[in-house]
Amino acid sequence: MRPDDNTLTERGLAPLGGTRARILLLACGALAHEVLALKQLNGWDHMDLACLPAKLHLYPEKIPQAVEEAVLRHRAQYDEIFVLYADCGTGGLLAAKCAALGVDMLEGPHCYSFFEGNDIFASRGDAEMTAFYLTDFLVRQFDAFVWRPLGLDRHPELRDTYFGNYRKLVYLSQTSDATLETLARDHARRLRLEYEHRHTGFGDLARELTQKA
Amino acid sequence: MSDEQEDDIILAELDDDELVLQMHDDLYDGLKEEIEEGVNILLERGWTPYKILTEALVAGMKVVGDDFRDGILFVPEVLLAANAMKAGMFILKPLLVETGAPKMGKMVIGTVKGDIHDIGKNLVAMMMEGAGFEIRDLGINNPVEDYIAALEEEKADILGMSALLTTTMPYMKVVIDTMKEKGIRDDYIILVGGAPLNEEFGRAIGADAYCRDAAVAVETAKSFMSRKHNRAAEA
Repeated sequence: MRPDDNTLTERGLAPLGGTRARILLLACGALAHEVLALKQLNGWDHMDLACLPAKLHLYPEKIPQAVEEAVLRHRAQYDEIFVLYADCGTGGLLAAKCAALGVDMLEGPHCYSFFEGNDIFASRGDAEMTAFYLTDFLVRQFDAFVWRPLGLDRHPELRDTYFGNYRKLVYLSQTSDATLETLARDHARRLRLEYEHRHTGFGDLARELTQKA
Repeated sequence: MSDEQEDDIILAELDDDELVLQMHDDLYDGLKEEIEEGVNILLERGWTPYKILTEALVAGMKVVGDDFRDGILFVPEVLLAANAMKAGMFILKPLLVETGAPKMGKMVIGTVKGDIHDIGKNLVAMMMEGAGFEIRDLGINNPVEDYIAALEEEKADILGMSALLTTTMPYMKVVIDTMKEKGIRDDYIILVGGAPLNEEFGRAIGADAYCRDAAVAVETAKSFMSRKHNRAAEA
C-alpha cells in the first residue's frame, strides 16, 4: 500500500517487514515513494524500508540522533542498514554519526543534489545560488514544509525577508506528472519567483541503491 | 503576550515604566507601528536615544531571543519582532550619532561566497548594533577579498561570517586561511554562525568562536572585546 504524504511527513513509516529482507533502507520520509518505486521496479525483495518523519528537516540538528535511535532499534533484525539521507543540513554531524554506527549513507549535501546527480549539481555552482528547489514530495507537501513553517500563511509580508535574494524556483521532478508541474508552477507564483522545471528521475538514489543491491 | 485589551491601550497615557513594558510586549508581538510610536513618545519625554535603545528595544528583544532559544517562539515571530525593532532603530540611529553612545567596537559581517541566505546574519548585525557595535554589513555572497578589504578599510575589531549551506560553510576556512597567509589572522576576532555549523566546526576552521544565535554573538563579541581591552591595558 502506498503510504500517504501526511503520515510520511509527521510520523514516518515502520519497517514493512518480509521474511526475505536482509537490508533495511532507513530513509527520510520524503524519499519513501521513490524508494518503493525502485524496489518494485527492480524486484529488490531483500530490501526493507523504514522512514523517519520527513518533518525532521525543519530541525536538521535532530536528524543524527533520530537516525541513531532507529539504527539501534532495528539493526538486530537485518544484516545491514543503509541510511538514505544526504547531509541534509547537519553540517557533517550525520556522516560522523553514521561512521560511528558503522552504517553507510547517501553521498551529497541534500536530496536536490542526489536526484539531479551530485556531480551535475555541484558543477552548477554559484550559477544556481539563487535557486530554490522542490522535489515531487516537496511540491506535494509545499504547505507543510515551506508555506506554514515560514509563517507565510499568517504573515505574507515576510516573503521578501525569506525569498528576497532568490530568483527562481526549480522543480526537480522524479516522475512525469502534469498535475505536479502545475502545482509547482503555482508555488513559484505564490513565492513570486521565476519557474524552471528539470526532470531528474531518481538520479544518484537509483545508482547508489543498485550498488547496494 | 497578545490579548484582546491591547487595542484599547493608549501608549501616550502610560507612565514611563508601563510604556517600556508595553513596548516589550509590542516587540514580542511584532507590532512595528506601536514600537515607532513608543520610541517617539519616549523621545518627547526627554529620554536619551541610548536609553530607549537599551531599555525599551534591546531588553525587549532579549525576551524574544530567550523564547526563541527555548522553543517558545519560532522564526516567523522572531522576524516580525526584528522588523519592529528595526523600525525603532531607524528613528534612533541618526539621533544616536548626534547624542553619542558607548562604542563597543567595529564589526565587518557578511554571508560567505556562494550563499545568499542572510536572515541570521541580519539578526546578528541588528543585535550587535543595538549593543553598541558599529557594523559594516557586506551582504551576501562575499569572496575573501571583500572581507579582507572591508576589515582593513574599517580598521575593524571583529569579522563575522555566516553560511546556511553545508556546501558553502567550508568557505569560511578559505577566508581564515587567507588571513593567516597574509599574517593578519590574529588582528581580528573571528566569529562564525549559521544553521549547519557547530562548535567543533568553528574550532576546526580556526575561528575564535561559533555563535549559535544573535544573543550569543553579542555576548561573545563583548567578552572578546573586553579581553582585548585588558590585553591592551596590560601591554
